[in-house]
Amino acid sequence: MTLLHYLVLSGVLFTIGAATVLTRRNAILAFMGVELMLNSCNLALVTFSRIHGTLTGQVMAFFVMVVAAAEVVVGLAIIVSIYRARRTVSVDEPSLLKN
Amino acid sequence: MDTAVGTGAEAVIFWVIGPLMVIAALALLFARKPVHAAVGLIFVMIGMAFLYTTLEAPFLGVAQVVVYTGAIMILFVFVLMLVGVDAADSVAETIAGQRAIAVLLAVGLAAVLIGVVVTATLPTAVGLTDANAGTNPVGVAHEIFGKTVFALELVGVLLVIAALGAITLTHKEALSPARNQQAAVRLRQRAYARGEGSQVLTPLPAPGVYATHNAADVPALDPQGNPIDVSVPRVLRIRGQELAPSAVDGHVAEIAQGAYLQPRPTSFGELAGETQDPPTQSTASGPAADDPTASGPTAHETTRNTAEETQS
Repeated sequence: MTLLHYLVLSGVLFTIGAATVLTRRNAILAFMGVELMLNSCNLALVTFSRIHGTLTGQVMAFFVMVVAAAEVVVGLAIIVSIYRARRTVSVDEPSLLKN
Repeated sequence: MDTAVGTGAEAVIFWVIGPLMVIAALALLFARKPVHAAVGLIFVMIGMAFLYTTLEAPFLGVAQVVVYTGAIMILFVFVLMLVGVDAADSVAETIAGQRAIAVLLAVGLAAVLIGVVVTATLPTAVGLTDANAGTNPVGVAHEIFGKTVFALELVGVLLVIAALGAITLTHKEALSPARNQQAAVRLRQRAYARGEGSQVLTPLPAPGVYATHNAADVPALDPQGNPIDVSVPRVLRIRGQELAPSAVDGHVAEIAQGAYLQPRPTSFGELAGETQDPPTQSTASGPAADDPTASGPTAHETTRNTAEETQS
C-alpha cells in the first residue's frame, strides 16, 4: 500500500470524467463529468499534501471545492435558462450560429 | 521511492472503496438515465470523503460530504427533476466516429496520467502527523486564515457573485401583472357578454352521484331526469369517455319518464308555471311540467337571459 495508489485512482477517475464530457450529449451529464474531474484533482492534491507533510494541498483542495460550488450554481442556472428558451438540455441542439 | 505511509487498515479501506468508486463513476459513462448517473456520482463523492479521512484530512472529508453531496449533488438532482428526468440521452452520434475517438483519447489520457504518476520520482512520504499536531481543522484554519486570507476573501466575493448570477440567469421577467381573482371574474364576464367562452357564469353542475357509481364520467340528472352534459368534465367528453346514466343505474329511464315524481300542491305549481317560460324539457316530460324545483340548465338559461338584458 503506497500513496501512489491514490494518485492512480485519481487518474482513473479523471479519465472517466473526461470521457463523460466527450461522449455524453445531456448537458447535465457532461457537467457531472466536469465535477468528477474536479474531485479527482482534489484527491491528488490531498495525497500530495500527505506526501509532502504540509497542509497546503488540503487548502488548495478546499478552494477548488468552493470554486466548484460557485461554478455549479452558475452552470446549472445557464442550463435551466437554455432549457426554458429552447426546451432541450442537449449540447448539440443550441446551434443558432451554424450555417 | 518510498511513499508507504499508513497502516494495513488503510489499505483495506482503499481496496474496498477505490474499485467501488471506479464502478460507480462508470455509471456516468454508461447509465442511460441521468438520475442513475447522479446516484453513481454521489457514491463516488461519499467514497472520496472516506479516502480524505484516511489521508489524514478529516476536515476535507466533512467538507466533501457537506459541500459536494449535500449541496452540489442536490442541486444537480434538483435541476434534473426540473428539466425532465425522462429525457433519455440520444444514442445517435452527431459527429462520425465520435465514440471511438473519445475512447481513444480516454485510453491515451489514462496511459499518460498513470504513466507519469508511476514513473515520477516522489519524495519520501512525510505524513501529516506533525502538521496535524493541533488537530487537522486547526492546522487548515491556520493556513487558510494566515497565508491565504486574501484568496479566501476573493472566494467569498466569488460566491456572492455566483449567487447573484444564478438569480439573474434564472429570473423570469413578469410580462404582465399577476391576475387576481377579481380580474379573472371580470375577464370571464366580458367574454360572456361578447358571447365567447362559457355559456354560463355560474359554476358548472357537478357530475352525477349514483348508488353504484360515483365518478366524474357520468352526468348529473336534471329535475326531469334528463342527463346534464356539461356536468361531465370537458376533457372526458372530448375523449368520448362519458357514460350514459342508464349504463350505471337502471332506474334512470323510469326517472326520465316521471315515474318517481311526487304530486305537488297545485297552487304553488301554477305559480311556478306562470312566472317562468315553460322550458322545452319540462313540456316534453308531461307530468313534470309543474315541477317548481327548476335548476340545472333551466336556471342557467334564466341567468343568461337576465345577464343579456343588463348588458343590452
